[in-house]
Amino acid sequence: MSATAPTVAAVPANLAEHFPAGVVADTRKGYEGYVVGAAQLLQVAGAIRDKLGYNYLSSVTGVDYPESNQIEVVYHAFKTSGGPGLNFKVQADRNDPVVPSLVGLYPGAEFQEREIFDMYGVRFDGHPDLRRILMWDGFAGYPLRKDWKEPFFEEDLKPFASRWPGGDVRRSEESDPFGANVQYPPEFDPYEWTPETETAIYKLIQPKAGNGNGGHLKTDKLIVNIGPQHPSTHGVFRMVVVLDGETVVDLKPVMGYLHRNHEKIGERNTFLQNMPYTDRLDYLASMSNNHAYALSVERLMGVKVPERAEYLRVLMVELTRICSHMWAIGFLLNDLGAFQTPALYAIKERELILDFFEATAGSRMMCNYMRFGGVSRDLPAALRDENTMDFLRDLVNNRLSYAIDELDRFLTHSEILRSRCIGVGVLPAEKAIAYSAAGPLLRASGVDYDLRRADPYSIYDRFDFNVCTRPNGDVYDRYLVRIDEMRESVRICQQVVAGMPTGGEILAGKPQYNVRVPAGESYGRVENPKGELGFYVVSTGKTNPWRYHVRAPSFVNLTLLGEVCKGHKIADVVVILGSIDIVLGEVDR
Amino acid sequence: MIDELSNPDIPVPDELKASVTITTLDKIYNWSRRSSIWPMVFGLACCAIEMICTAASRFDISRFGMEVFRATPRQSDLMIVSGTVTKKMVPQIVRLYNQMPEPRYVIAMGACASGGGPFKEGYNVVAGIDKYVPVDVYVPGCPPTPQALLHGLIKLQEKIDSQSLRDVRWYKSETNEPVPVPVLGPDLMDPRQYQLIKQRALQAAAQAEA
Repeated sequence: MSATAPTVAAVPANLAEHFPAGVVADTRKGYEGYVVGAAQLLQVAGAIRDKLGYNYLSSVTGVDYPESNQIEVVYHAFKTSGGPGLNFKVQADRNDPVVPSLVGLYPGAEFQEREIFDMYGVRFDGHPDLRRILMWDGFAGYPLRKDWKEPFFEEDLKPFASRWPGGDVRRSEESDPFGANVQYPPEFDPYEWTPETETAIYKLIQPKAGNGNGGHLKTDKLIVNIGPQHPSTHGVFRMVVVLDGETVVDLKPVMGYLHRNHEKIGERNTFLQNMPYTDRLDYLASMSNNHAYALSVERLMGVKVPERAEYLRVLMVELTRICSHMWAIGFLLNDLGAFQTPALYAIKERELILDFFEATAGSRMMCNYMRFGGVSRDLPAALRDENTMDFLRDLVNNRLSYAIDELDRFLTHSEILRSRCIGVGVLPAEKAIAYSAAGPLLRASGVDYDLRRADPYSIYDRFDFNVCTRPNGDVYDRYLVRIDEMRESVRICQQVVAGMPTGGEILAGKPQYNVRVPAGESYGRVENPKGELGFYVVSTGKTNPWRYHVRAPSFVNLTLLGEVCKGHKIADVVVILGSIDIVLGEVDR
Repeated sequence: MIDELSNPDIPVPDELKASVTITTLDKIYNWSRRSSIWPMVFGLACCAIEMICTAASRFDISRFGMEVFRATPRQSDLMIVSGTVTKKMVPQIVRLYNQMPEPRYVIAMGACASGGGPFKEGYNVVAGIDKYVPVDVYVPGCPPTPQALLHGLIKLQEKIDSQSLRDVRWYKSETNEPVPVPVLGPDLMDPRQYQLIKQRALQAAAQAEA
């Protein structure tokens, strides 16, 4: 069963032979991969990439182990040709953690390393731009360290004694000396504080006067801030752009405006309490998030998911993918200047799918549908005054294909769309892999990498579908890949509806409020509509995760935004951002 | 429409009814404002998606004259705070609020904007936008369904109906002070509370010593 299949391969013997001094297998119970010495990291990672062929660095994250006074940086590398991955770790002294940066080898690590710096205070030697990324410069403390307490801290682990089992109410504001969600260093004097003016970022992209227009005119470069409140940034996202006339010279994304501390809260929560929080990551694809989290915990627990539940999961996830791609295309058109009307058509069918979700899971967007070992509810008997199965058959056999064809007919050959999209934001395949791009972004660059095929999970190996790729890697190809993928999703849904077993269990075992998960680490990943969504979970055998990390595709995909936008006009930046299709809930978490 | 506006106590002759109505200045002033509330294009998080769905064809916010979403605060009457307010974002939100001309209204959409919601305990989360700007209507839900948001908008219309030209604050002679913009320090700092922060921080330090 896929839930128990390893995602991480056994230690390749030849690697340990190459570096006898620096590489040891990780022998802790439930752990995989191996531990690399910080001094050898660059060499070993180079060998992993070039000799062993693990060319895709999916996830980089930190884990705090105060007992051994260490912070561990965990890397998950995969091959774009498919198959299980390789997991390696570096341990650093907690008091002064320094680790060599892998940005030179895998540029996709840039933002993820910055995040570890922000959250754990690990300094990455050789990192080109080591600043805080989610919090602001000047913020006191490294929030994800286990001994760092937030202002509304109550207890280390949930359920809190103040609420459970008594069910009492407590206002956190009353326990805080400032009456709000804030804390300051002792003897702090706000009158002495000089507010941060973001000099670091402006220094980094300091515009120099130069001869931009081919030497004819002497022009000044201009810094423009787009966002965080801007209609085309798809949420609270900010880009600092250096312009020469209308041409983009440099671009730096600034994020964290929606950083809602998902991981810190997640490590206080019980395993099951995290399920509704995952809905709010990529809020356009909550079912997919549920699926990824359920998979990673199920891998630790070794549960087998019942047949009907697997079918239900795949059905939900594929419908979600259609919703999300429809949304992406509608709002790409918004970004192109076709304000509102195409988006209205694109999200028309989405309402039908949301009605189905609401009838099944109880909520339109935040479905909280999956459980460890199955799903929470079976299909309702009827919805919209119709038998559910009839509704589903009509939806997947007629309505969705019609809606996709309609979009395709109106948009694909549109003169304006083609002239604004073809050749814009080109991302070559090697660069896409190096920057750890994922999802439609990667496949539009011609890389045939879809987790449903490359590292099959759930029951995807039973369905007949194509992995959609396009060769050029521009905005137009990303649009086309999304159209193609929706068609493939419809095909999968048709097979699910036709082949779903009627009746039977939907949850392995009896529903449990508090699951105890065996100690160990696990990296579960799925092909989310935006790309590879991974959950790295470390359990110590208790009912709460020790580490709960989200490898968010939107976040990692943004690493290459600056690179892709350079040389384009400012109006194209908006289109390129639209074609990457980010969701801020997932970028900032 | 005319029936809705006219004052039933003052009869209008039948032959004039098509073109004449007698009403109060308040009523016509409020009626025109409540029927053309322009919200700001301002999405923070998940709730923004439901806000877009409210504006889309199925729920059709334009039935209430509110479909004219403005991308600038200078042209907006209503700010729908749709999502989690974070410490990093709150200075911008307050600035946007200050830039809106009077009369202006604020709807706190969803659990996060109303009181922090599921993320309240987070270190980067402001537990409700009402800590900084005055809120007119709170809409519960996580996220509220489009129906719930429409209900909130109707409540806002009722609030507008109840206001009178005689006592609305934006026609008074005293100027309306802008909300002080919070500052990002080691943590979020409200300029109105500097004295308190200094005092409490000193107390905390003394306690830690003792």
